[in-house]
Amino acid sequence: MNGLRIYVPGDAAAVAVGADDVAAAIKAAAARSGTPVDIVRNGSRGLHWLEPMVEVATGQGRIAYGPVAVSDAAAVFKALAANGAKHPLRLGNPEDIPYLKNQTRLTFARCGIVDPRSLDDYCAHGGYKGLSRALTMQAVAVVEEVTQSGLRGRGGAGFPTGIKWKTVADTAAEQKYVVCNADEGDSGTFADRMIMEGDPFVLIEGMTIAGIAVGATQGYVYIRSEYPHAIAVLNEAIAAARKRGMLGKSVGGSPHAFDLEVRVGAGAYVCGEETALLDSLEGKRGMVRAKPPLPAHKGLFGKPTVINNVLSLATIPIILEKGGAFYRDFGMGKSRGTMPIQLAGNIKYPGLYETAFGVTLGELVEDIGGGTATGRPVRAVQVGGPLGAYFPCALFNVPFDYEAFAQADGLIGHGGVVVFDDTVDMAKQARFAMEFCAIESCGKCTPCRVGSTRGVEVIDRIIADRDRAANTALLEDLCNTMKFGSLCALGGFTPYPVMSALTHFPEDFGAPPRLAAAE
Amino acid sequence: MPSYVPWDAEAARAIIVGKQAQPGALMPILQALQDEFGSIHREAEPLIADILNLSRAEVHGVVTFYHDFRQQPAGRHVLKLCRAESCQARGSDALAARAAARLGIAFGDTTADGSVTLEPVYCLGLCSVSPAAMLDGKVVARLDGKKLDALLAEADR
Ligand SMILES: Cc1cc2nc3c(=O)[nH]c(=O)nc-3n(C[C@H](O)[C@H](O)[C@H](O)COP(=O)(O)O)c2cc1C
Ligand code: SF4
Ligand code: FES
Repeated sequence: MNGLRIYVPGDAAAVAVGADDVAAAIKAAAARSGTPVDIVRNGSRGLHWLEPMVEVATGQGRIAYGPVAVSDAAAVFKALAANGAKHPLRLGNPEDIPYLKNQTRLTFARCGIVDPRSLDDYCAHGGYKGLSRALTMQAVAVVEEVTQSGLRGRGGAGFPTGIKWKTVADTAAEQKYVVCNADEGDSGTFADRMIMEGDPFVLIEGMTIAGIAVGATQGYVYIRSEYPHAIAVLNEAIAAARKRGMLGKSVGGSPHAFDLEVRVGAGAYVCGEETALLDSLEGKRGMVRAKPPLPAHKGLFGKPTVINNVLSLATIPIILEKGGAFYRDFGMGKSRGTMPIQLAGNIKYPGLYETAFGVTLGELVEDIGGGTATGRPVRAVQVGGPLGAYFPCALFNVPFDYEAFAQADGLIGHGGVVVFDDTVDMAKQARFAMEFCAIESCGKCTPCRVGSTRGVEVIDRIIADRDRAANTALLEDLCNTMKFGSLCALGGFTPYPVMSALTHFPEDFGAPPRLAAAE
Repeated sequence: MPSYVPWDAEAARAIIVGKQAQPGALMPILQALQDEFGSIHREAEPLIADILNLSRAEVHGVVTFYHDFRQQPAGRHVLKLCRAESCQARGSDALAARAAARLGIAFGDTTADGSVTLEPVYCLGLCSVSPAAMLDGKVVARLDGKKLDALLAEADR
């Protein structure tokens, strides 16, 4: 098409704040003025306080406007039709906005830029270069490249991806599988969703490379049912890739077969745990399996299986394209490469911020995130989803790094950062963590199933000022039992938010406040 | 508003048989049945068990394990409000109380006239535009009292 090329994100976060209506209003304004337009529903650039952010392609690059309300659409259309002219909502080239400019976008290189439904657009922006190179290499060399990159699983556990792949590659079997964990159940996280909606082919390419590297011919993407937009876009992309021979019996004309299918979850947080996910894919209740055997040995339908998070797999193409050393050069310590960090909660500039490991929590929350949206002081920041610890401002010097977070009794998990202002009640947050565990427990272990319900009751007694000292001691005991007596991290890590709340914010539990010097 | 057809054993059988061959067919079958009929009818379980050669207990166990599967039809509209942390940080608890009060029901319940089912959801991946909700599959975010009331009015139709 050769109309005016206008971008209105189809990303669910943009849609949730009116992007569909804005797209329709712009289309109507264009029709009224008789201007041919080509409206692309791109992914989001990740500057979510500016959504819906509309862009127009001009001779001088893209010009953005935002946040655009339906009532602004006619005037904004006039401005963008005049080669990106002035308007109060004009933001200039989005790539010059410091929030975006200062990022290191490797996994998210194309998100928000390309048309997520166009394989041609994907290829025009460097897509399938990683697979092309992988097809010229021995499978062992592909695995070695991933190992060399230092990539660790982005789903939460941080396990080295190359080592996982090697185990599957070394296990002989007639059938092997690649499973993508797109359950993204952690509150405060949305990076998987953004990739699937904004650059789905990068995930398809990453899974294809994984299949070729380990000798698997079938892949599944298990997406949570709360993500209808991601499910639709990914299904369309898979169909497009299949039609063009990039999936199927002979991937890109090579001797390798690989195909993909989307499966949808049914609203169970625990199905994000890899073995519960596999059970769910097999059509069972999502119960956590004891390990061993590892999924790499006996995974889906008992066959050797690579199971990786969306972000891990979506990072594979750039590693194969540019080499493991290129990726490894970013980051700090044993945390190599970049992390797509998600800034959420009560924060002035929420969104997706991909950067090399090593940025501190304080930089993320205060400098990049701009502090709270309410303008009140920041009091607590939960990092890593519902099983992640709450950090006080006194720990803002902790760098984003797997080991540094572990040392501070926390975890980076899937990279979600949720900010709370000084109106937060930390006893209530601790209670919620226990309650969530009780709701979502798969029921296999007593400390998780029963302990979490007891935990809610004990916290209720602390809140009600009944026998506070004794109940606080009981809560600590309970957390220890859960930590050491649970099969998976749902029961095992719920103590993180609970204990961090208790340790850093004792005054909310009726105890004397912790001295700043003690932090 | 989603539209469902009344339970029809023959139509259900066709759906089940159509998906039976895929590996791990049970979940896609249950999802397809619920999409068609709005809930997992009690007659569906023995039918599935029979066709997939599973025990009824196995099928029932799966139906009851997952939050998404309904054994009773929902109201004409389903309003899911996010109750997870990022939305809490932006005031979702107050919105939840407001929704429950306006509808006169608790979370998990359906209004007496069958118009709305109110449900909690733990994150919609819309945390950067919290608080968030989903009405019959339509996502809405940056919720405030006014937007919530508009949603409730929409759901009341
Ligand atoms: C309760 C629980 C929920 C989890 N949820 C997810 C999830 O939603 N997405 C994900 O990728 N990993 C999740 N995980 C981690 C997975 O078990 C597993 O580590 C991951 O899929 C491996 O992929 P990776 O190495 O690429 O991170 C969860 C773990 C637990 C214990
Ligand atoms: S810790 Fe909880 S969720 Fe995990 S296996 Fe045990 S009971 Fe299931
Ligand atoms: S916490 Fe509410 S949408 Fe993520």
